[in-house]
Amino acid sequence: MSLWSRIANTLRGNRVNREIDEELQSHLEEAIENGRDPAQARRALGNALRLREQARDFRILPWLDSLKMDVIFGWRQVRKNKITSAAAVLSLALGMGASTAAFRLIDALLLRPLPITDPANLYGLSHLITGANGEIQVGDTWIYPAFAQMRQAVKGKAELIAVSLDYVSDITYASDADMEKADVQFVSGWMFSSFGLRAAVGRLITESDDTTPGAHPVAVISHDYWTRRFDRDPKVVGRTFRMGTKLYQIIGVVDGPFSGTETGSMTAIFVPTMMSPKVQRTDAWWHRTLVRLLPGSNAEAVRQQLAATWHAIAAERMRGISGMSREALDRRLNEPVLMEPAAAGTSSLQRDYRSSLWMLAALTALVLLIACANVANLVTAQAESRSREMALRVSLGAGRSRLVRLVLLESFWIALLAAAAGLAFAWWAAPFVVNRIDPATNHVRLLLPFDSRLLGFAIVLTVAVTLTFGALPALRASRIMPARVLKGGDDPKAHRRLMHLLVAGQVAFCFIVLQVAGLFVVTFQRLTNRPVGFSPEQVLVMDTVAVQPQLPAIWEQELEHLRSLRGLESAAVSSDTLLSGWATNNFISVNGAPPNLVLTQMLDISPGWLHVMRIPLLSGRDFRLEDVYPGAAIVNQAFSREYFNGQDPVGRRFEVVMEHNQRLGFEIVGLCGDVAYLNVREPMPPQAYFPFRSLDASGQLEATKEAVILVRTSASDPMSMATVLPREIPAGRSEFRVSSLLPQTEINQAHTVRERLLAMLSLFFATVALLLAGVGLYGVLNHSVLQRRREIGIRMAVGAQASNVARLVTSRMIAAVLAGATGGLVFGLLCAERLEALLFQVRATDATMLMLPFAALAAVAVLATIPAVLRAVHIDPLVMLRTE
Amino acid sequence: MPKSDALQGALDLLVLKVLMRRSPLHGYAIMTAIQEISDDALRVEEGSLYPALHRMEEAGWVRARWINKPNGRRARIYELSPAGKKQLVVEEARWNHVTAAVNRVLRMA
Repeated sequence: MSLWSRIANTLRGNRVNREIDEELQSHLEEAIENGRDPAQARRALGNALRLREQARDFRILPWLDSLKMDVIFGWRQVRKNKITSAAAVLSLALGMGASTAAFRLIDALLLRPLPITDPANLYGLSHLITGANGEIQVGDTWIYPAFAQMRQAVKGKAELIAVSLDYVSDITYASDADMEKADVQFVSGWMFSSFGLRAAVGRLITESDDTTPGAHPVAVISHDYWTRRFDRDPKVVGRTFRMGTKLYQIIGVVDGPFSGTETGSMTAIFVPTMMSPKVQRTDAWWHRTLVRLLPGSNAEAVRQQLAATWHAIAAERMRGISGMSREALDRRLNEPVLMEPAAAGTSSLQRDYRSSLWMLAALTALVLLIACANVANLVTAQAESRSREMALRVSLGAGRSRLVRLVLLESFWIALLAAAAGLAFAWWAAPFVVNRIDPATNHVRLLLPFDSRLLGFAIVLTVAVTLTFGALPALRASRIMPARVLKGGDDPKAHRRLMHLLVAGQVAFCFIVLQVAGLFVVTFQRLTNRPVGFSPEQVLVMDTVAVQPQLPAIWEQELEHLRSLRGLESAAVSSDTLLSGWATNNFISVNGAPPNLVLTQMLDISPGWLHVMRIPLLSGRDFRLEDVYPGAAIVNQAFSREYFNGQDPVGRRFEVVMEHNQRLGFEIVGLCGDVAYLNVREPMPPQAYFPFRSLDASGQLEATKEAVILVRTSASDPMSMATVLPREIPAGRSEFRVSSLLPQTEINQAHTVRERLLAMLSLFFATVALLLAGVGLYGVLNHSVLQRRREIGIRMAVGAQASNVARLVTSRMIAAVLAGATGGLVFGLLCAERLEALLFQVRATDATMLMLPFAALAAVAVLATIPAVLRAVHIDPLVMLRTE
Repeated sequence: MPKSDALQGALDLLVLKVLMRRSPLHGYAIMTAIQEISDDALRVEEGSLYPALHRMEEAGWVRARWINKPNGRRARIYELSPAGKKQLVVEEARWNHVTAAVNRVLRMA
């Protein structure tokens, strides 16, 4: 009989028993039919039970059989103590679910390798930029002409691949009225072959599709987009779409799940880098540089060669800029160049959320540990009440390992149930968090599959959790002394010592979670309460696209139409909106002096724009329709402080220093208030506003294809106009379309999304941790009072006062709580530095921030001890001593 | 070398031999067959027959299946497997070896 059939027989043990019985029964019948005396025949067969046992052992695996019995016994124990089990499963499920959800997110964003050949051999190139104030920024975008030079420099040793960021672009397949959005990425033609990708239909872009700027209007789409948008129609090859002013032809579909290298976005359409309008510009930082090492080359050698090439290019670029300080120049010329592994892709989302996600994972781990400590206490208490049963088992010959297994299997059942509930929780929680990350301006898409990685994590977590909370009680149960227990006196103090240790651990973890949560909540509050300098309420932001570039006068006609609409107070147009995440900036020179390194942020605005945004005009005037760029400018207070010592700058002049030291002159016509431009964290930067009406180098009026129209609504909810405006814009001038529409408040909130998320989740975890710790404290204290009721009864009988009893019951617990809190405090202080980057205007070492967790824990500890103390004090010595 | 429990192996040998000639048989038939052929000289203990059958089944020497008897009950019948045929040759050789040795001792002593 094979091993397999023995395993099968073991798992359906009853059937084997029945078969053996049936065979023996049929034997008896034969014997009786053949004239044997029934009683004699039965005697001859011998003890049926012994026969059955003997025959059975050949047909099953005895060790598996005993394991099965223990598993069943464990399940019965779990079901017997329904309420305890439910509490254990629930608290573990919360911790395990949160951990699993955290794993899903971290795996999807940071760990899972890209679906390409040899993902480990993919690096992202970046350089460290030292800003004007000495702060260091990671520059992970590059300029294409420099990229081409660097690619030549490492030819034969490594392949360099340019991939743009993922742009959500407006494209049209048929008429201009049916505009739709798609994620578009400009990529080097040789990327597909380097990544080992194949075409599902058609062909992929190759190096020969990426040689001449603007000459290769071809596109490849991802399998996901092919499925979503075209229902896998193979006839998609050859179809054309319009993006910007160009008509592209789809030449193929990528096979497999590859959807770009920008983890967090899923690229739908890939086009050659040569089609980017910025490909020849020497001042546009627009693409990432990825590195694939060729066989036999050394990563560090390639990095050094790339760094040397980059420094030579930077020196060449700097030659044009005069007047920069020697030190600043040296810093620029020696920027460290990094080559970091990018097996999981490389994206801004990763950079923004890496530390936050790990921090959340740490919080979930702490909550899980608190839950484990709770359940360990429950199991210990249960094992204690079963000590007689255990002692009996040992007396009857059960080995220590068998006892350990028995208790561990019970724990495993609890962990398994919790894991199942936790998976269900993670199933819901992970997408919930992703949807919260999703800022209004940039949609995040992460693949969260139910795959072998997730399953593997769940299994490892279940086993780890079982061992964490089950190992100590199991070992303790196995060390039982049958002689002592059966006589009626085990050492109860040993159990209590373990429980107090667990309580101290719980309190320590809880302290850390509370402290971190407090810091995140305060950070979020300080950020949201920070003034932005303008009023985003009632402002709608519409990205507006013209079929063909339009002159400023046409845009002005559109604004006039909007201003005449009921429900709109004012309207204006600008090159971009505030806090959009994009920036235009340059160096400024006053009186022909060399520029300092402070960047001035710039925006092109129409007359009335300051009024729409409610930015106060402090001096001078707003733009007029006849103002042009270059010529007139409005600056803010920070600008005036930086260049005019804070005096009224109206009437003064400055120059914008462009590439190759080209200078454009402006006269300041107005002074306005400061606003948050790039983000809400940093101090408001110097800003200069220029007229939307601009002249090109030859003095001709420039036509604009895309701009942002801002309107202020009379209704308090600007979205009340959301359905009307996309119809009214083409009604005003048929050339215009709205490609996206958002309230400005949402754009502002996008800047605190991470902080909101951290505050919300950590507050949730803090509540759970506090609850679990409270339940744990209560449970342990209650248990110890129940155990010591005889002792307490005697003490009271000989004259102990209520206060003495209360002290007796709580003293050790208070010591455990204090020890735990101190441990948590020390650990929190040690980790304070790692948190700094995620905080705003609050420090992990602030005294108030340390007092908060103390106060919360103290309150919970008091609440948790009251019932047990009352119970202890109300023990009636007479009743107690009589029952014992 | 024959082991000390050579006589216990005799049961296996007998069962295999009977099954070789007349399989398939159920347990009771195997028992009576041994009894008849040996003219009641050898009586198989029911108590050891079934464990032996199950052990041989586990070893893969015999195969068992259920059949329906005319009275509606089921009986478990056994037949020799190819491995069992090989084992029979081994067991027979061993038995002959042991009995020859015993005979030698009887003659010599």
